[in-house]
Amino acid sequence: MTKTERKVHEPLFHISKRDAVSWKRALLVRVITVLGAFLVSGILSWILIGVDPFTFIGKLFEGIFGTERRIWVMLRNLSILLCIALALAPAFKMRFWNIGAEGQVLMGGLATAICMYYLGDKLPEPVVWLCMIVAGIAAGALWAVIPAIFKAFWNTNETLFTLMMNYIAMQLVSFFTNVWVKDGSGTLKNETHLHGIMLPQLGNMYLLPIIVVALLTAGMFVYLKYSKHGYELSVVGESENTARYIGIDVKKVIIRTMAVSGAICGVAGLLLTGAINGTVTTATAGGQGFTAIIVSWLGKFNPLYMILTSFLVVFLDRGMVPLNLTNDAFSAIITGIVFFIIIGCEFFLSYQIKRRHEKAQTVAAEPALIAETQGEARQIEGAETTSQTAEATAQEETQQGEERAQTPEEEDAALLRKIVDKTGEALKKGADAVADTAKKCAQKVKEGAQRCKAFLSEKFRRKDKPQGGEGPADETAETKETEKTDGEDKAE
Amino acid sequence: MNIISFIASAIRFSTVFLFGSTGETITEKSGHLNLGTPGIMCVGAAFGGWGGMIYVNAAAQINPFLAVFVPLLFTLLGSGLMGLLYSFLTVTLRANQNVTGLMITTFGVGLGKFIKANFGTEFDAAIGKLCGYFRASLPFADKLGWFGELFLSYGILVYLAIAVAIVASVCFSKTRMGLHLRAVGENPATADAAGVNVTGYRYTATIVGSAISGLGGLFYVFDYMGAWDSGLTSTEALGWLAVALVIFTMWKPWLGIFGSILFAALYLLPNYLDVTFAMRDIIKMLPYVVTVIVLVLTSMRKKRENQPPASLGLNYFREER
Amino acid sequence: MEQAVALELNHISKYFGEVVANKDVDLTVYKGEILAVLGENGSGKTTLMNMISGIYFPDEGHIAVNGQPVVIRSPKDAFHYGIGMIHQHFKLVDVFTAGENVALGIKDKRYRLKEVNARVTEIAEKYGFRVDAKKKIYEMSVSEKQTVEIIKVLYRGAEILILDEPTAVLTPQETEKLFAVLRRMRDDGKSILIITHKLHEVLAISDRVAVLRKGEHVATIATAEANESILTEMMVGKKVSLNIDRSEPQNVCDRLVVSHIDCSDREGRKVLDDVSFTARSGEILGIAGIAGSGQRELLEAIAGLQHIDGGEITYFPPAKGENGEEEQGQSEKTKKADGKDAENAQEPQAINLRDKTPMEIRDLGVRLSFVPEDRLGMGLVGNMDIVDNMMLRSYRKGKSAFLDRKDPAHLADDIIRTLEVVTPSAHTPVRRLSGGNVQKVLVGREIAMTPTVLMAAYPVRGLDINSSFAIYNLLNKQKESGVAVIFVGEDLDVLIELCDRIMVIGDGRITGIVDGRTAKKEELGLLMTGNIPAQAEKEEAHDEN
Repeated sequence: MTKTERKVHEPLFHISKRDAVSWKRALLVRVITVLGAFLVSGILSWILIGVDPFTFIGKLFEGIFGTERRIWVMLRNLSILLCIALALAPAFKMRFWNIGAEGQVLMGGLATAICMYYLGDKLPEPVVWLCMIVAGIAAGALWAVIPAIFKAFWNTNETLFTLMMNYIAMQLVSFFTNVWVKDGSGTLKNETHLHGIMLPQLGNMYLLPIIVVALLTAGMFVYLKYSKHGYELSVVGESENTARYIGIDVKKVIIRTMAVSGAICGVAGLLLTGAINGTVTTATAGGQGFTAIIVSWLGKFNPLYMILTSFLVVFLDRGMVPLNLTNDAFSAIITGIVFFIIIGCEFFLSYQIKRRHEKAQTVAAEPALIAETQGEARQIEGAETTSQTAEATAQEETQQGEERAQTPEEEDAALLRKIVDKTGEALKKGADAVADTAKKCAQKVKEGAQRCKAFLSEKFRRKDKPQGGEGPADETAETKETEKTDGEDKAE
Repeated sequence: MNIISFIASAIRFSTVFLFGSTGETITEKSGHLNLGTPGIMCVGAAFGGWGGMIYVNAAAQINPFLAVFVPLLFTLLGSGLMGLLYSFLTVTLRANQNVTGLMITTFGVGLGKFIKANFGTEFDAAIGKLCGYFRASLPFADKLGWFGELFLSYGILVYLAIAVAIVASVCFSKTRMGLHLRAVGENPATADAAGVNVTGYRYTATIVGSAISGLGGLFYVFDYMGAWDSGLTSTEALGWLAVALVIFTMWKPWLGIFGSILFAALYLLPNYLDVTFAMRDIIKMLPYVVTVIVLVLTSMRKKRENQPPASLGLNYFREER
Repeated sequence: MEQAVALELNHISKYFGEVVANKDVDLTVYKGEILAVLGENGSGKTTLMNMISGIYFPDEGHIAVNGQPVVIRSPKDAFHYGIGMIHQHFKLVDVFTAGENVALGIKDKRYRLKEVNARVTEIAEKYGFRVDAKKKIYEMSVSEKQTVEIIKVLYRGAEILILDEPTAVLTPQETEKLFAVLRRMRDDGKSILIITHKLHEVLAISDRVAVLRKGEHVATIATAEANESILTEMMVGKKVSLNIDRSEPQNVCDRLVVSHIDCSDREGRKVLDDVSFTARSGEILGIAGIAGSGQRELLEAIAGLQHIDGGEITYFPPAKGENGEEEQGQSEKTKKADGKDAENAQEPQAINLRDKTPMEIRDLGVRLSFVPEDRLGMGLVGNMDIVDNMMLRSYRKGKSAFLDRKDPAHLADDIIRTLEVVTPSAHTPVRRLSGGNVQKVLVGREIAMTPTVLMAAYPVRGLDINSSFAIYNLLNKQKESGVAVIFVGEDLDVLIELCDRIMVIGDGRITGIVDGRTAKKEELGLLMTGNIPAQAEKEEAHDEN
């Protein structure tokens, strides 16, 4: 029981919850975080694959905006990921941890495929489409409602339940594939097995999902913010007791919200199967059900922010294409690191680190301040270690420093300022370089947009017949990378 | 079908699940729902391979002990680091556990593939060279008939997994460390007030748990497959089953020994039966279905001892008490 | 008694931002004594004790144990110096046994649960507790849990025990038992600090009393020299007459008749036992009782949030026109609760509220407002702004699937203006408002529903004196406009000055209903401890005026 020696070390900082940060500052922190994350990933690319950071980031932009096809593919991938993230938003807002989006998407896709397989040759195409839509949405909803019912009535842990439902869905897809595909190849083909049924195309093969998801985004935004349902589910999420107090039927809200969530996942499955891949495989969702959780979370469950976060994911994924990497795992690593950094930085928006309160007396000066409440008036605000907040803090520090008597903190503040200055310089240099690349990219984007415009008008004029399944007929110009991207497209 | 050899291969295969679930149970007991376990198993496999490669390249003559020990050490290191990353994000930076865990999985699978791709065929060669040492069974295994086949015919990792599970079980119920760990997962505020270092326990349990989970990946590659799992898809899928197994065994590692054998048997059963591919899918679905059933039943029965740790998935921040 | 100093506090101060929780407090605790720390809510008692037990660290001043200056950084350090605190909210792991909870955090050389259990039993026997070391906490009653907490502290060899309002959750019998144990511990040479605001307990148990007022230490006096009026004066500064305006009830008539309701908690224990009473329009009915005697369940049962096992809750809507004569007739009636049928005949609109959900109650046209005890956990949503919180009650209005934020925004502005809510704007999350302002928002919203019945549970808890009076005025205004007000309070002085009738609840049963104008504190105190005197029915007779 000799604890005396433990007194020597005590935490230099203590952490407390921050009051809301002004949105301007929050935005600034986030933007800087994302830029920082890119810088880090650029450096990693230098080390790991020998591409210097600025070329790397430039290539990323090229990969996204380089050609009109890339823009289309990016938009389509974005819309599918966003769709799933949108589905999760109401559930998460209700504090229902639906990590079963993967399964709900698959079930949507499977139900769509079932309609294609069994009805494709029996009913006229428009009727089959209708069936596909209804069945896809219903199946997604069903897959979400099952855990919701158990959560509502028996408080069964939804995280674990929905997780298991993913794999049941996967096995079901595999089961149906094996039932339908008799040749032992194990791949379900649109033309051979599903009667070549596809949802109608709008203009080109990319536009339908994009439009559907654009509508869903607007709809979900309104639903969460302005509808009674949206209000109810956020009350349930904030406090079940309050919900009961004002007479909300909590069980009903849980089940209803999950039905909505699952239904939208079903839409994603429907689009993937009926409009993009033309088939369903266990990899149809391709892990996007999980990625969407991250997208939704980082987007603060706000559909508009989620556009940005899902763009970031797609950006990192698709942006790697022009690097022509033999090692396709690099994208996953970079995505991981960028998101780790972003998640880590969220911390600095909701908490603040305060320097320990130091005092002259020897005895009383030692102890750590635990469990400090907010707003210690006499402490230095900040001393955040991150460079992004340090700048702002340094300002405050100097001001406060003048008011104070000479204390050790003064020296630290000077040191901190020095550090800030240096990082500032470095950042400036980096920013210049980025700006250069950005300029180039902007040029490319412009070109891309123009080409895109031309392409669109041409497409609409031509009114091509819908082509079943994968039809990269137009993309002969890009033979260099078609193989690779096609592979990726299929993987979705 | 040969019952003995079926059971023996189920026991052997169960090791993947057992390592995974024992590690995850230790992690979850501290209140961390680490959904990164599948990714951590992939990292474990890749690091094991990396270690093996380094050893094969460095050693003139292969020493049977080091042949197992070096990859093992690398696996513990790699997967332990993933646990450290998870803990840093969730404990120190208070990130959401589900989000962090899922990212660890994505990242881990990517990292595993990346490591493999970096080394290419050299990597495969090392695994091929070393897998024999992993598979070396106990002496007399082939001389004792069914007894030998059932109990002695496995590589060292199989016994290690069972030992780890038993040790973990005993630790939970019989040691102060276990008591403190359970308290941290049940009610961190209380543990904190009682002077238990919540942060320390969460970090330690997660790192140790992850390191153990990683061994599942090592076993799968070096012993069961004897070759790299290309794309790591099976490793990841098995990792999710390991997470399911934790629920299935209601957070009891000793039960995990039997649970993992059951899961392994269900997983392998189709290979021993003359069934269609479609039927195989149904059988493969069973582990998930029974897990759901167990989950539902325990939540309905509300027996307190069988519930998940009360603060599972919740971060602890002292000021919020 | 030997007068060795066990604990000494020197010039301890603690600030929470602008708020001064403790200022320059000096306190001395001797070995073998029970020191009561007395003070009103918010006087800084708990903060001070938390500093001794290592949860907070003082901003200024120092602490000495046994004459040695010490630094207490954490509960661990406090244990090290033999200081143990028993919190109001028990810190126990539910799925552990008593023994496991005791063993938690202890660093003996070896971990043997059996030895721990044996030692627990030994300690229990020494001081006269009864506890089963192998029983799981979730199977225990509140007083058993408290016992485990105390043993936990004793097991660690605590010489200084701090008990934070230990009697708040206990029945009188349990309190007596606890006091007996505390005396035995004192005789064993331990120092005991007991936080309370109940004067009779201070006088009953302590050797000396330290009184805190607004964070400052007023004085410490020997209990033998103290009496209730001296202590009260020290506590509140000068003798305050509350001077709450109380008008005569007008147009009294029955609004809500509760008859014979029973209610049990999740573990099946009875929390309400055959409760019957009547709330009348134009009157404030006070409910007094030890915290946790069933007040919450009672109000929640009326509000439709708590399932009741038996009995009826009947609501009588006001007449369509003006309340006047029609109701005069009603008050003539006898208060026998089972006269309900007769009333039904007379009053066709009588509405049965039993087992209705809050929604159904509202749909029946019953304007029932409820200010729950847990403001931010039940009455309001902390993370939502004032406007959205206003909407909690009204968002369902209209057939549209979308929300109308215009009316709630007006209401929010109204409330901010009329009740002088201090807030940056109507779009500030209520979590960030101070306690008094949060309460104004909540009460304001509930009153805005123009209720016919208004229930308020501890509406002034944690509020400063001005905010409290603002709330009293609001309640009085409601009463004057003919609302039946039900007020659950803890301060007897307030109850006596504010309420027209006071109902006392003890251990889930009504132990008496007395007239607020003639009620005596002692009488209420007696009723609260569960003694049902014959006079309980008395008021029924003389209550027609």
